Amino acid sequence: MVAARSDGDMGLLRFTTAGGVDDGKSTLIGRLLYDTKSVFADQLEEVRSASRRLGETATNLALLTDGLRAEREQKITIDVAYRYFATRRRKFIIADTPGHVQYTRNMVTGASTAELAVVLIDARRGVLTQSKRHAFIASLLGIPHLIVAVNKMDLVDYSEEVYDRVRSDFARFARKLTVKDITYLPISALHGDNVVAWSRRMPWYRGGALLHRLETVSLGGRRNQIDFRFPVQHVFRPDEGFRGYAGSVASGRVAPGDEIVVLPSGQTTRVRAIHTPNGRMAAARPGDAVVLTTDDEIDISRGDMIVRRRNIPVVTNRFEAYLCWMGEEAMQPRRQYHLLHTTHWVRAVVERIEYRVDVNTLRREPTAVIELNDIGRVEITATRPLFFDSYRVNSATGSFVLVDPHTNVTVAAGMIRGRVRRLSAPRRRARPAVRRKSERVVWEGTNIPREEREERIGHKAFVLWFTGMSAAGKSTVARGVERALFERGVRTMLLDGDHLRHGLTGDLGFSDRDRTENIRRVGEVARLFFEQGSAVLCTFVSPFRDDRDRVRALFPADRFFEVHVYAPLDVLRARDPKGLYRLEASGELELPGSRSAYEVPERPELELDTSAVSPGEAVEEVLDAIGFLIT
Amino acid sequence: MRGHLRVLENEAIHVFREVAAQFERPVLLFSGGKDSAVLVWLARKALHPAPVPFPLLHIDTGHNFPETIEFRDRFAADMGLELIVRSVQDTIDRGRVREEAGPEASRNALQTVTLLDAIRELSVDAALGGARRDEEKTRAKERFFSHRDRFGQWDPRKQRPELWNLYNGRMNRREHFRVFPLSNWTETDVWEYVRLEQVPLPPLYFAHEREVVERDGVILAWTPFIELGEGEEVRRERVRFRTIGDATCTGALRSVATSVEAIIAEVEGARVTERRGRADDRRSEAAMEDRKRGGYF
Repeated sequence: MVAARSDGDMGLLRFTTAGGVDDGKSTLIGRLLYDTKSVFADQLEEVRSASRRLGETATNLALLTDGLRAEREQKITIDVAYRYFATRRRKFIIADTPGHVQYTRNMVTGASTAELAVVLIDARRGVLTQSKRHAFIASLLGIPHLIVAVNKMDLVDYSEEVYDRVRSDFARFARKLTVKDITYLPISALHGDNVVAWSRRMPWYRGGALLHRLETVSLGGRRNQIDFRFPVQHVFRPDEGFRGYAGSVASGRVAPGDEIVVLPSGQTTRVRAIHTPNGRMAAARPGDAVVLTTDDEIDISRGDMIVRRRNIPVVTNRFEAYLCWMGEEAMQPRRQYHLLHTTHWVRAVVERIEYRVDVNTLRREPTAVIELNDIGRVEITATRPLFFDSYRVNSATGSFVLVDPHTNVTVAAGMIRGRVRRLSAPRRRARPAVRRKSERVVWEGTNIPREEREERIGHKAFVLWFTGMSAAGKSTVARGVERALFERGVRTMLLDGDHLRHGLTGDLGFSDRDRTENIRRVGEVARLFFEQGSAVLCTFVSPFRDDRDRVRALFPADRFFEVHVYAPLDVLRARDPKGLYRLEASGELELPGSRSAYEVPERPELELDTSAVSPGEAVEEVLDAIGFLIT
Repeated sequence: MRGHLRVLENEAIHVFREVAAQFERPVLLFSGGKDSAVLVWLARKALHPAPVPFPLLHIDTGHNFPETIEFRDRFAADMGLELIVRSVQDTIDRGRVREEAGPEASRNALQTVTLLDAIRELSVDAALGGARRDEEKTRAKERFFSHRDRFGQWDPRKQRPELWNLYNGRMNRREHFRVFPLSNWTETDVWEYVRLEQVPLPPLYFAHEREVVERDGVILAWTPFIELGEGEEVRRERVRFRTIGDATCTGALRSVATSVEAIIAEVEGARVTERRGRADDRRSEAAMEDRKRGGYF
């Protein structure tokens, strides 16, 4: 036996336990705590008295772990609970997760930080769908070690035959999983057989007890040791002389002198030193909370990622992922959620649901919705690029959560598979602009290329196209955005429907045909300003999708942002700053979008519900989306 | 492989840095006890070489041990941190709460109102605390980032899922978070860390002689704040405290441990939980859950 080191510092294993209501999971944990002397006399007394009150004959060790009153009353566990115990070899943190059908959410949560999972199977009942579900989730979450504990062996007379049958049933199923290391154990949590010590009652079993396995399994299997990834958490500038980047090494290693690249800017430099609270370090490893300084002073902020020169993660804003839905409200396609990836908050939309996994059969099934406790494969578009690796390769940079923008509740856990592989992903590039041109003219390109102008001005040119019904708040948001951009030294131009109709398009009316011509002219004007290096903001109802798409086709794909500004119709009617809805109600005017059709954008870059966010917040969102073009 | 203390330290530092980055007005709840001393210690390490940008907040029940107050003031000054004190007495004087009467009277529960008032007054958006999940069953389900609604209340059924090391600090106006960087530490871990880092602690934790009263099996310090009940008498004993809270409800234990080393040996051999000595937890089986729902520490 390896004795604890003299300074008392030893390894830490985080593991998760999963089992159904009657698989004896709580009893097993109670047993582990009790037999490792991690239960105190007063806790035991409390459990004894509670057992008596609940009319149980023996002391129910399961009660040691059921913390909330509702759980004790209903004798179920409703939330992940964390337990702690230690032996002379190791410290342990158990994420104790309930196993009911409806609590996939908790199992995923518990599994997200675990290095090992114990799946409990009732020997009498064999491999049930819930055992499979637990193993699947452990596998999906990338847990490297699995222990299958066949429990209640006392109730099958400690039969080797029963154990073998369960074992081979499970092994057949496990071929579909990605977990490589699976250990099987026959136990009785109630009587303590093979839990802490090897049991004489099963002489046919030659492996060690559960605790022995927990004490000896290798640690650190979750961490990617190769690919250096350092999400910047915070920038420290205590004084002019020091500028350091604080964060935890997500994966890989780094040492002073290493050549690094900062994403998204792509700037390169070298690591000068690795500072820790305990002094300087010769190399930082996964999990180390450190502060890096660099040779050159470059602009780095929270959410950026520092990586090694020749080992760069995927950088894209469109990717495929598994989502485990945790929100009470089902996923809303097209809705923008906040997405937290490493230390980076962005906005994201679920573009497409590929399928849902039936966690009981592991079959893929088509679906239009993803609801609480569902696991689905989806395609996501974020407002800004993420720097990621696939979850299978690197869970630290392949994981994210989605947060509901209104309630701020975490509604989904995500595991990235990789970039979107479908070739098409067609953002409808409108019918290749059938641009009318006058006869006998030739386009020769601008004299001074836009790229040169951008270089001189110090930011990129782009177009923000605000579309939406009258009174939705397009102008308010656009003016706020323009002011904010202007304050930051960005060259801007705002094109507004009412202004242009005083001149350039003053000859046009409001027929469908005239509206189309109006948008065409606006698009051309926007293009001139764009080529001249400006940020062009256009606020037009622009009710027709084809018109908008034709404008879109005039610009490079990553420079055109369609911003759909909307609010419920009753809110619009109540606002009605120009009295248009009142005129419409009296039959004097026909407004696009209420009576005549407003065609809602299919894939706008940004959606703003102005009944839900303040103008200030809306402005922030827009700035968020285009931030990478102006810094 | 890295030892467990460094793993826990790294985890706590990561949480501190998330707080510094995601919140605008955090405070660090400081009681003068060992957990909050370790918390301050870690805050300094997390933000080094930058200074800790948030103040300490002490909710003073007015029933503190003088040793705690003295330690509090010295420790804050040594660490170079601003100390804000809000007192339960003020809350009582302003008529916000009424004081309990009788021999078992304690101001422990009243602290909640003072704390929530202070959070509102200082526009606190994150209150860092030293609570650990191993202390008590209800706490076993706490998150690192624990959301509180605009009334400061905790709803155990609506806790946000917390995955990997991704901490969601988003909230609406007037809501706040309680953040617990020591969530995964045990009592032994805290003591081992105190030994490793030589974190200063108040003398109350080490065995000393003092006048005590035994009540329901709990040894209470004899202070002007408690009334003697029938048949109770004051004795002189050699004791130390395992936790330090309000003097009216913090139990001592008979001990001869005068060094951190001796305390670690004692903790590892202990047969009762550290909160056993807390009279406030014993009022009902779900006492802690009820207080937490109401906004307690």
